[in-house]
Amino acid sequence: MTTGADSLSRTDTTAAESWTVRLRSRIVGLVPAGQALPDRQPVYVASWIYVFGVLTLAALAVVIVTGGILALGGAAWWHVSSLGLFVNSLHLWSVELFFAFMVVHLWGKFWMAAWRGRRAMTWITGVVLFGASIGTAFTGYLSQANFASQWISAQAKDGLNSIGVGAYFNVLNPGQMLLWHVVLLPFAVGVITVMHVVLVRRHGVVPPIDAVDPSIEREV
Amino acid sequence: MTTPPRTQPRATLQRDKTPDSHAFPTRSYDLVKEFVIALVVVAVLTGALAALFSSPDEKSITMSTWAKAAPNDVIATAAGELAGTTTSAGYGAPYNTNSDGQKLGPLSLQKWGGVRLPVDSAGLVLGPLAGVSGDSTLTSALGTWKAANADQQTKWATDYSEALAKAPEGDPTKVASADYGPVPVISAGLLTLAQTGGLEGVLTSSGNFYGGDQTQSLLLLSDGAYLEDQARARNLGGDQWGMMNETGNYPGQPWMWLYTFWYQVPPFATSDNADAQVWGLMMVLTLALMFVPFIPGLRSIPRLIPIHRLIWRNYYRRAARR
Repeated sequence: MTTGADSLSRTDTTAAESWTVRLRSRIVGLVPAGQALPDRQPVYVASWIYVFGVLTLAALAVVIVTGGILALGGAAWWHVSSLGLFVNSLHLWSVELFFAFMVVHLWGKFWMAAWRGRRAMTWITGVVLFGASIGTAFTGYLSQANFASQWISAQAKDGLNSIGVGAYFNVLNPGQMLLWHVVLLPFAVGVITVMHVVLVRRHGVVPPIDAVDPSIEREV
Repeated sequence: MTTPPRTQPRATLQRDKTPDSHAFPTRSYDLVKEFVIALVVVAVLTGALAALFSSPDEKSITMSTWAKAAPNDVIATAAGELAGTTTSAGYGAPYNTNSDGQKLGPLSLQKWGGVRLPVDSAGLVLGPLAGVSGDSTLTSALGTWKAANADQQTKWATDYSEALAKAPEGDPTKVASADYGPVPVISAGLLTLAQTGGLEGVLTSSGNFYGGDQTQSLLLLSDGAYLEDQARARNLGGDQWGMMNETGNYPGQPWMWLYTFWYQVPPFATSDNADAQVWGLMMVLTLALMFVPFIPGLRSIPRLIPIHRLIWRNYYRRAARR
């Protein structure tokens, strides 16, 4: 005879084995409670250098939006429309700002040795993100369908061919480059950005070099 | 004089033991407000830069432009493609097997990539001309070329290429008289087709209405001198930091400065394997940057050069007071 307790137990077991519950637990556990979007930061977070990470994210948002508007008009739109040219200019300059902010952010984190305290993966994802961003911008230059893209592709093919990559990543094929530029690489940049930000929130902002653990300091 | 902050007792603290950031006292910090302000600032700055400086868009070089501006270069390139002496003809992978390509030390990475984008250099000339009708001289020349054996074809084309190189300004009307077979007519035929504007269409479409792959037309254009001449006139040559520059007075891709830098200095500047070597070096440097946290010495630089004392000066000042 099945009792109510048996039934409840089976239900609990099922919930514990549920893929949904496991995934939810994994997602919830990625960041300590209250740290996903905290309204307080450690006292040592007080420098202009911290602004450059947020500025990089903001510039990335502008890059994505302006790129999306360019995509609405199609690959040739900006060559024949003054509005299209302006949107292309917005896209170009937001990319320039994006890299400027990111490089300052990267150097700032280097001098802070921001990989300390089990934050190596945060640093590594940041460097990979920098590389993926360079690739994304580079394919953008190849997708311009103008003199610059002709020359840059003619030059770049030798580098990529010399290590065997050109056989699969053909910079002389603007159709392939455009798809890498608007789909594959932005997807990679987006995913790595999310990973990077989650890691930052998971571990918190790295304390100053040689900082004393406040609890030990109190004991001392 | 700044007194160093009190650090943790040696007995209880290893230098690599970084405290938990959540253990520190906190202060109010509005992340969302910070992001929104940053977004507005970046948007305004972007708009201002775009309005002030616009963006470069120099028209691409068409085959027609090339043929009209440098007809002798088109003729020389056509003859070179037939002779198999152009850059693409002797390139190796991924276009053909005519060379092993560049090596990175003992590694033939270029060759190992395989010939995945086969391009026949003579085909860059003969392919487009095969579709030309109504020109009996050209049709006859193509027939003569096709009927000859490979050695004869190479001799005609090589002799004509060399004669063009010796002619004043490469002028085909001033080449020394000799038997060049059908090569002068074929080369002139390519020039005529290019002048009419029909060349890149034939090379790009490859029988497909939509086309979209410019590999062949860009290889042909790159085999000539005109494209590089135009680039060098704009300071875009490989030895002019060309990869990171942009047409006009624009910043281009300054984030590629280190990659471009190696091409300007020996031994890379003079190496036949410069591309493979620079890529190999950049991969090593990128991996070093990625794994800085695990590389002794490199990971200690921030501690040795105390820029962090400037970044966290308030914290250290307070810690020193305690």
